[in-house]
Amino acid sequence: MATKVQGEHRRPPPAAFNLSLNNPTVRAILYQIIVLGGVAFVVWYLVSNTIQNLETRKIASGFTFLYREAGFAIGEGLVEFSPADTYLDAFWVGLLNTLRVAVIGIIFATVFGTILGVARLSRNWLVARAASLYVEFIRNIPLLLQLFFWWSVFRDIFPGPRQALSPVAGVYFSNRGVNFAVPVSDPVHWYMAGAFVIAVFASILIHRWATRRQQMTGEQFPSILTGLGLLFGLPLAVFLIGGAPTTFDWPELRGFNFVGGSTVTPEFTALLIGLIMYTAGFIAEIVRAGILAVSHGQTEAALALGLTRGRVLRLVILPQALRVIIPPMISQYLNLTKNSSLAVAIGYPDIVSIANTAINQTGQAIEGIAIIMIVYLTFSLSISAFMNWYNRHIALVER
Amino acid sequence: MAQNPTAGLGAGAIAEARPPGGLARNPITRWLRANLFNTWLNSAVTLIVLYFAIKGLWSFMDWAFLSAHFEVDDTRVCREAKEGACWALITEKHRFILFGTYPYEEQWRALIVIFLFIALYVVSAMRRFWNRRLALIWAVGLFAIGVLMWGGVLGLRYVENERWGGLPLTLMLATFGIALAFPLGIALALGRRSNMPAIQALCVVYIELIRGVPLISLLFMASVMFPLFLPEGMTIDKLLRAQVAIIMFAAAYLAEVIRGGLQAIPKGQFEAADSLGLSYIHKTGKIILPQALKLVIPPLVNSFIGLFKDTSLVLIIGLFDLLNSAKASIIEPKWVGFGVEAYVFVSIIYFAFCFAMSKYSQELEATLARGHKR
Amino acid sequence: MSTAATVRPASSDQPMIEMRKVNKWYGEFHVLRDINFTVRQGQKVVVCGPSGSGKSTMIRCINRLEEHQAGEIIVEGIELTNDIKNVEMIRREVGMVFQQFNLFPHLTVLENLTLAPIWVRKVPKKEAEETATYFLQRVHIPEQAHKYPGQLSGGQQQRVAIARSLCMKPKIMLFDEPTSALDPEMIKEVLDVMVELANEGMTMVCVTHEMGFARTVADTMVFMDKGEIVETAPPKDFFANPRTDRAKLFLSQILGH
Repeated sequence: MATKVQGEHRRPPPAAFNLSLNNPTVRAILYQIIVLGGVAFVVWYLVSNTIQNLETRKIASGFTFLYREAGFAIGEGLVEFSPADTYLDAFWVGLLNTLRVAVIGIIFATVFGTILGVARLSRNWLVARAASLYVEFIRNIPLLLQLFFWWSVFRDIFPGPRQALSPVAGVYFSNRGVNFAVPVSDPVHWYMAGAFVIAVFASILIHRWATRRQQMTGEQFPSILTGLGLLFGLPLAVFLIGGAPTTFDWPELRGFNFVGGSTVTPEFTALLIGLIMYTAGFIAEIVRAGILAVSHGQTEAALALGLTRGRVLRLVILPQALRVIIPPMISQYLNLTKNSSLAVAIGYPDIVSIANTAINQTGQAIEGIAIIMIVYLTFSLSISAFMNWYNRHIALVER
Repeated sequence: MAQNPTAGLGAGAIAEARPPGGLARNPITRWLRANLFNTWLNSAVTLIVLYFAIKGLWSFMDWAFLSAHFEVDDTRVCREAKEGACWALITEKHRFILFGTYPYEEQWRALIVIFLFIALYVVSAMRRFWNRRLALIWAVGLFAIGVLMWGGVLGLRYVENERWGGLPLTLMLATFGIALAFPLGIALALGRRSNMPAIQALCVVYIELIRGVPLISLLFMASVMFPLFLPEGMTIDKLLRAQVAIIMFAAAYLAEVIRGGLQAIPKGQFEAADSLGLSYIHKTGKIILPQALKLVIPPLVNSFIGLFKDTSLVLIIGLFDLLNSAKASIIEPKWVGFGVEAYVFVSIIYFAFCFAMSKYSQELEATLARGHKR
Repeated sequence: MSTAATVRPASSDQPMIEMRKVNKWYGEFHVLRDINFTVRQGQKVVVCGPSGSGKSTMIRCINRLEEHQAGEIIVEGIELTNDIKNVEMIRREVGMVFQQFNLFPHLTVLENLTLAPIWVRKVPKKEAEETATYFLQRVHIPEQAHKYPGQLSGGQQQRVAIARSLCMKPKIMLFDEPTSALDPEMIKEVLDVMVELANEGMTMVCVTHEMGFARTVADTMVFMDKGEIVETAPPKDFFANPRTDRAKLFLSQILGH
């Protein structure tokens, strides 16, 4: 019969422990000791071999080489570098180069990939077919091959600077890279940037105010249109008031090469084009899947409530689709960053390429590879930390 | 519009029921209206896309066929003509690109190896071979491939693996890579889901470490660090080292794919197996894994496609796979500058393999999804 | 079906399951409170109670799908501790049928039935198949042996699940809401099989809301609420005049319409 003795043990008592091989806890500990021991033994074996090998081959170890003079030149970089600088400086240039190609690549790949993904769902048969042909094609060819292809296009097909192709005035494609005109720096540009920042804040405030007013009174205000107007209009106004400084620094042919304007090397361009086109193929699929994941019923339900098509997209479809899209999208960004390491094959001086040179010069392979791995692991781990945060955030919203 | 006199229904109801574009009788016109010219904007887009498509296709045809040179005595002909492709490179170098530095008079063996690999893929794709026989077929197939590549028996000349190259090498790296990474991937996936903290941590660290770094860094490791790991006097050749790196790399990715499958198995399956008294080994091997692996066949095929493409990275450490032999085919001064032709040629090969596999994986996914709803 | 209508053996005094002061917590939540409960050989116990009352947890403790944290559970004279051998022995003797059937979808019906006997009881394959065929006849679906679970109806799947447990020749059968996931028209075919099983003298513990089944089959009703056994009585008494208010309320809700 039910006994009513309560409060005898309100909390679970500690589990009794018996030291027997049939106790799952004992077994688990034993298994773990065996596995860890095995792993430790293998690691110890490899490390001791390595130490011995380093001694017999007279290879130095440790990271002190980083402070030595590098003695090689780097083709391009965001900061000045000369062969007299240290290896550490060289790695810094490489890291910045990796980030430069990754950031620009991510921005363009997102834009291009999103357009492609939406195009695949277009009701226009020709557009949908063209987009899906592109995606099928680009995804099924190794990226490295595509990089070589673009590099070859620059080297072998594009003419020398004298016959450079110029699709738009001020932009030249030649086997020396891409040269294009840039506006000459003017204080007005800084004012424009300031105006843009102000416009961003103003739009946020207006949006908040509009939302609150809509919640209080039900009256609506076209805050998005106003915001867009501000974002473009304010800098434009500053530009016009500032006297519209339109002096450009045009690239000019002098002798065998261009002078003036801005130049990007064929290596950088080939890498960037390759990364963008390849990653866009994958992003397109993610975007398409994300849009398709929002069930048709959702659209119908929203339309049945009398929302306009634009509102349905903004209030119902996009928030749900983004939830599906963002996680794989971030992992594509990570892939793009990792893939940028293929730069080493076409001579763009990214971190891997610099490390490779350093390894060849110093023989300190372990340290060089460790630097590469640490750099990429930092990217991956910080992004996965962000993803975990994001997923928790989403999970909270769902419940 | 013709009135429909036969039916008792009002004509209006019939007209109502017609699909958009239903005014046209001709199915082609109707299709065009519905899919390409349904609005003014769409019509404009269609025309613009059509213009660029035709223009692009035409210049490609011109480059690839009409103005192309398929056979030349002197490459200067190609250089002066400028417009067209110089397929003469492929005519002359295709055997080098396909087989690398494999001895010329023995290349028939490498050719058979390519067909053996394709046969193995085709057999594995057929569902009626999804049983124990498949393992046997693979064992025999891989053995035959080894005999053909190395030789040294049955009167075949011995060919050391430094001379292997081209497509057979690419196929070998990818196939052995996935085949040997598979058991490792299963072990890692199970380890990651185990409730033993040390083992779980070990698997998580391995998987995240490998997935967090680019394949190139692993290949560098294989090429410059592995020799340091071995005791003095012991060496393993570069091909094997690269293969080990590829296996380690693939295992981490496969582990995550398999883990996805394991997570999709409902808790009830574990409970039912427990309540019948099955041990961990039997529960995992007979109940959980068969179901989990079947669920993840499509992503496994996709992993294989990825690995197949990724093998091209071995050129960075100096192995002569398909891409590297294409790159090497234009080193000769005579052929310098015809990279595009070489790369287009190998692109077609890579594409043929990857496209076939990805179509297969898509179809399989659809079939399996249908099977589940049954 | 010729069920050798064995005379229902009088409940012998030998206890098959004994739970003494069993307690269980999920974190801070006290799911089972001082459960004392005995099942003798041949006894048919029906456990009922509102959802969340701990009935499923209780019977899942009997074959250690859930671990209890305090008290004793003795099955077939073996105490359930964290000794793997004991757990293995008890699971061989205790069959379980789940709400969601939990058949193995990648195996045919026959393979579902023979898997555990072959690998756990180490019965030769041929013998295991003969046993399986026999039990498939007993649950009235001999013709489905070579189909996959996905090709069967819910009721058929649940009968296969019962047969799967029986193939291990268990001494006790546990049923965890075996008819709750079934369409109404399929409930009867499953209950019929369970009644037949009961008539043959199988020791059964059954969590169910099928009060008709309880009336015909059970010799003991156990009513649980909030993790406690509130009332234990023969079905006649339990349905006619429940002693506690909680049981009265529960019965009025479940039989009210």
